[in-house]
Amino acid sequence: MSDTHAQTVRFVRDSMIEPQEPPISETGVIRWVRENLFSGWLNILLTVVSLAVIYFALSHLLPWFLQMVWNAGSLSECREIRNERYGPDAASACFAVIRERWHQLLFGFYPVEAYWRAVLGFVVFLAGMSPVLFTSLPRKLLWASAATPFVCYALFWGGSIWGPVATALGFAIGAGAYSLGFRAGGKLAASIAAIVVPILYWLFLAGPLARALTGIAPIGLPFIPSDDFGGFMLSTIIGLSAILLSLPLGILLALGRQSHLFIINKVSIGFIEIIRGVPLIVWLFTASLLLNYFLPPGTNFDLMLRVIIMATLFSSAYIAEVVRGGLAALPSGQYEGADSLGLDYWQSMRLIILPQALKISIPGIVNTFIGLFKDTTLVVFIGLLDPIGLSNSIRATTEWNGIYWELFVFIGVLFFICCFSMSRYSIYLERKLQRENR
Amino acid sequence: MTKSLFLGALTAVGLTAGAAGAATLDDVQARGHLNCGVNTGLVGFAAPDSNGTWEGFDVGVCRAVAAAVLGDPMAVEFVTTTGQTRFTALASGEVDMLARNTTWTFTRDNDLKFEFTGVNYYDGQGFMIPKELGVTSAKDLDGATVCIQTGTTTELNLADFFRVNNISYEPVPIETNAEAQQQYLAGACDVYTTDASGLAATRATFENPQEHVILPEIISKEPLGPLVRHGDNEWGDIVRWTLNALVAAEEYGITSANIDELAQGTNNPEINRILGTEGNLGEMIGLESDWAVNAIKAGGNYGELFERYIGESTPVGLSRGLNAQWTNGGLLYAPPFR
Amino acid sequence: MTTLTQPPQESFRLSQLLYDTRYRSLTIQVVAFILLMAFFWWLIANTVANLEALGKDFDFGFLGQRAGYDINQTLIPYTSGATHARAALVGILNTLLVAFMGCILATVIGVIAGVLRLSKNWLVARLMTIYVEGFRNVPLLLWIIAIFALMTESTPQPRDFREGGGASLLFDWVAITNRGVYVPAPNWGDGAGVMIAVFVASLVGIWAWRRFARQRLESRGQLLPVMRVSLALFFIPTLIVYFAFAAITGGREQAIVAAGATEQSSLADFAQSQSGLNVCLIPGSAASLNLERRLMADDLNYNAVPFTDEQGALAGFQSGDCNVVSLPSADAGPYIANGGFEGQPAVLSDTILRGNPVEFERPVLGGFNFEGGIHLRNSLIALWLALSLYTGAFIAEIVRSGILSVNKGQSEAAFALGLRPNRVMNLVILPQALRVIVPPLISQYLNLTKNSSLAIAVGYMDVRSTLGGISINQTGRELEGMLLMALFYLLLSLLISGLLNIYNASIKLKER
Repeated sequence: MSDTHAQTVRFVRDSMIEPQEPPISETGVIRWVRENLFSGWLNILLTVVSLAVIYFALSHLLPWFLQMVWNAGSLSECREIRNERYGPDAASACFAVIRERWHQLLFGFYPVEAYWRAVLGFVVFLAGMSPVLFTSLPRKLLWASAATPFVCYALFWGGSIWGPVATALGFAIGAGAYSLGFRAGGKLAASIAAIVVPILYWLFLAGPLARALTGIAPIGLPFIPSDDFGGFMLSTIIGLSAILLSLPLGILLALGRQSHLFIINKVSIGFIEIIRGVPLIVWLFTASLLLNYFLPPGTNFDLMLRVIIMATLFSSAYIAEVVRGGLAALPSGQYEGADSLGLDYWQSMRLIILPQALKISIPGIVNTFIGLFKDTTLVVFIGLLDPIGLSNSIRATTEWNGIYWELFVFIGVLFFICCFSMSRYSIYLERKLQRENR
Repeated sequence: MTKSLFLGALTAVGLTAGAAGAATLDDVQARGHLNCGVNTGLVGFAAPDSNGTWEGFDVGVCRAVAAAVLGDPMAVEFVTTTGQTRFTALASGEVDMLARNTTWTFTRDNDLKFEFTGVNYYDGQGFMIPKELGVTSAKDLDGATVCIQTGTTTELNLADFFRVNNISYEPVPIETNAEAQQQYLAGACDVYTTDASGLAATRATFENPQEHVILPEIISKEPLGPLVRHGDNEWGDIVRWTLNALVAAEEYGITSANIDELAQGTNNPEINRILGTEGNLGEMIGLESDWAVNAIKAGGNYGELFERYIGESTPVGLSRGLNAQWTNGGLLYAPPFR
Repeated sequence: MTTLTQPPQESFRLSQLLYDTRYRSLTIQVVAFILLMAFFWWLIANTVANLEALGKDFDFGFLGQRAGYDINQTLIPYTSGATHARAALVGILNTLLVAFMGCILATVIGVIAGVLRLSKNWLVARLMTIYVEGFRNVPLLLWIIAIFALMTESTPQPRDFREGGGASLLFDWVAITNRGVYVPAPNWGDGAGVMIAVFVASLVGIWAWRRFARQRLESRGQLLPVMRVSLALFFIPTLIVYFAFAAITGGREQAIVAAGATEQSSLADFAQSQSGLNVCLIPGSAASLNLERRLMADDLNYNAVPFTDEQGALAGFQSGDCNVVSLPSADAGPYIANGGFEGQPAVLSDTILRGNPVEFERPVLGGFNFEGGIHLRNSLIALWLALSLYTGAFIAEIVRSGILSVNKGQSEAAFALGLRPNRVMNLVILPQALRVIVPPLISQYLNLTKNSSLAIAVGYMDVRSTLGGISINQTGRELEGMLLMALFYLLLSLLISGLLNIYNASIKLKER
């Protein structure tokens, strides 16, 4: 037996072989590199091309960036320092302009001694918005959110605090009118009263009241006119107030677009499509060149406010589409359930539909805001001093004339930081919604 | 909750903003500051310094008017305007006056309904070209690529010039001076054309200014001056005579240094009338008697403003040329204060 | 028996308008309508009052006035003497051009970047992430300005192409300068019409073949070669026609006729005897191109007098607009025989070739710039690139999420069936992903079109810069100009979304 076996099997190992290291190419970094970078001819090609792109970009950017000049009073000084340190013709970034003018790029011509107001305003705003943005916070805090716009206005523009207070009072009056009207003449009368009374109050009473109160107790911060606003502060304020103001309008438009009432439906669609069909820059020019034609003769308010109004109308059309998506995403059972409970239209919207729809829409709203925030740079074309506009003004001084890339890099990086973090937030929200809906 | 910001802003801002009514002077005095439309940034003429204070030759005119009307040269809100928005800003009453190197033309005066109150800088459109191209006359520019700022009269002048001389060119319209400068330096255009003052100012900031020449041809007349709305003659007079006071002050040797002394009274009746120690010129245009003193003190007389912001000692380095006093062969000629 | 109670005969009461749901919606709508009309009336009344106060009127007559400014890129003939309406039209065409080009390039970039972001190659995936996030999170305006400046600074200027300048033509045919890219321009000779007709016919053929192949696949399960046949159809018929014409007419010589020349003298001699050469040319024709090449080869300076066809050129020659013209001998003979106009025409000893169906005109460095060829301006390229890269970043995200939305089981099942990877992509994944991709893609196209209005930042003369910029500025007609411009963009948007919605409906999953 053993003989035949020996004939068929040519080799029999008689001792155990030593344990061996796994092949060197199958572990650690090398394996990773092989699998991720060089796993096929296409992959190798892509890797080589990418490396070339990276090398090309870095070889041009790094020397410019690393050989930067921070301490100089003007571009010519910058050039002198560069010639001294790195020789003429060396690529060198003159970031001295940022060192000298960063505050203008951030705050425009806002008085230096009032910077704290701007910063505090944004902190208050963020704090005020956090109950809206992070649902884990107690709901009672939403009242603080409601007060935030007034506080922010009082901080940014200043002036007598009675102006915002008198305006805010209008909402209390509206609520009062609603409950009074409800008792007196039912729901319809209450709704009409809740709309008409505050408008009459704002038109005729709020101004005199604010002035009277100011006369009695002149409390408030020094008034800072809108012309002093600029830079990132301007972009942020335009973006934030437009998105906030456009929320109620956008929700109404979205509801209007879903409405079965023919005229309401068509008007909403018409408004949304017209606004979305025309570029923002045309609307901004409308704000700057034409809005005065449409208002009663003699009315005139400052450009920043006009831009905010236009940006509000603009973003409300986009918000409407986002909210419409949210409304459409709800299962029809929710609508039917609300109806079967005997709720009327507004009740069902307020209690059942909108809370769910808005929650779904928040990532979309944040994305709309990112878009709007970036688009605020277009105000440079109508003479407002946003960061790009300010970069032009800075270059118009004799010290910094001729400087180019440094300002754009700074502005671009700041925008990137803001928008990137917001887009991360919106992705976080989307993930969270996905988890909750699972 | 959210509408409130809008309405709050409306009440606060809307109430403070004045109407584009007839009596601009009353509005300005009630408001306590002058709204002056300026360029978003033009070297030597209007630019903010690192403290955010606006400075420049055009800005100087605004400050002088503010000083004449309100007694305080710093009581000015500068409203930045682009070439496209400037006229609407003025027409709608957003600004009380425009001091934004605007060319005085027939249509702007009559069709657009503005009133030019004088000329604070006599300019003309010129061409700048790298020396190495060896061009000595604008007529040799056949086929050249020309960088030009849009939204100004320069576009029309350029088209007319090349059409009249029957030579072809390729226009490269650029939105701002900074972009035009960058394009020109990179060689994306052979020629840069704008007002000669702008060319000089731009060239002064180049790394190698001597490598560029400004061609001798000036192809247009560009009288730049402040303007106000049609129909408010009192206000127009104030701006016009403030500018005239600055010019006359230079002619009569009134400077910011000696004005306090001269304001005590001199034996030159014209000076006395300007400075309000004799006659009642101030009253006639609805201002204090020392209006001109304030205006001149704000930044000095015309010559001082010129020297400080755009003169030969500055990087802009413009010579007086046409903008010298008529006594020195220039065009500045203030009507008599009488 | 139940008694049928007659419903009470209701008389209509006014309060029903409010409390009866049947009428309430009507009431609300009527009230809303009245309010809306009142609002419009208020706006219009204000506008009228304001216009009156400013002493202006509402009049589109300015469109007929002389524009007075020049535009560099004109797709239709335009001079500074043309009207504002013509300038607006030039701007509209420029807007359409850049929007169209942008949509195509953005799709290409977006699809590539979206697929590469999902690539297993770590480096490429990261690089694409940087691209997408970088472009999505920085304002478009900044990118437009930056790309424009980058292009002017990193490419050579025309004068660098002179001796010792360090720059050279790409393949000897394409000049990449910081004023734009100059590419050869096609000049059409005899038979060009036939060639183009054949080319169009072969495109139709490709479409028909693909259709046929698809039907075969569906009806008989037979796979026909699509790609190879398409490629062959694309090139071969057209090339055959080209070479046929080139062989027949391309080598044919034609005479150069000069007014007042000695018979059979050479072109150079004639040029010396004259104070200047005026040459009647038909821009864009192969024969004229060859004549110009001939002139340039002899280093002669000449003025080109353009005409649209040979009859016109001949008439121009006859009336003395030019003193040199080149004609096929069949046409030239009778003219010379007849004479009868000033300067006896004579045939020169030099001849030129009639030319192939299509010949390419090479850009040549002239006085300040390159001349000849097609000039793609820097402003166009920068705007085009910036819009495409920016929109491409958004499209990349759309494509990525579209591909991710396809269940992994789909591709696994396809692989299990033994399909090759590219067929899996084409037949299984993409058709499903497209349904997710197309609707947001449409809105990206719309965004790109609207964003093209930022053209002013690079000085590209689109409708915003001509009608909405210079025209408004020169005439002070902001109300009318803005209205026209808004209308244009609105119509364009509606048109695009309408067209793409039709497409979307055609690929939508048919649900029952």
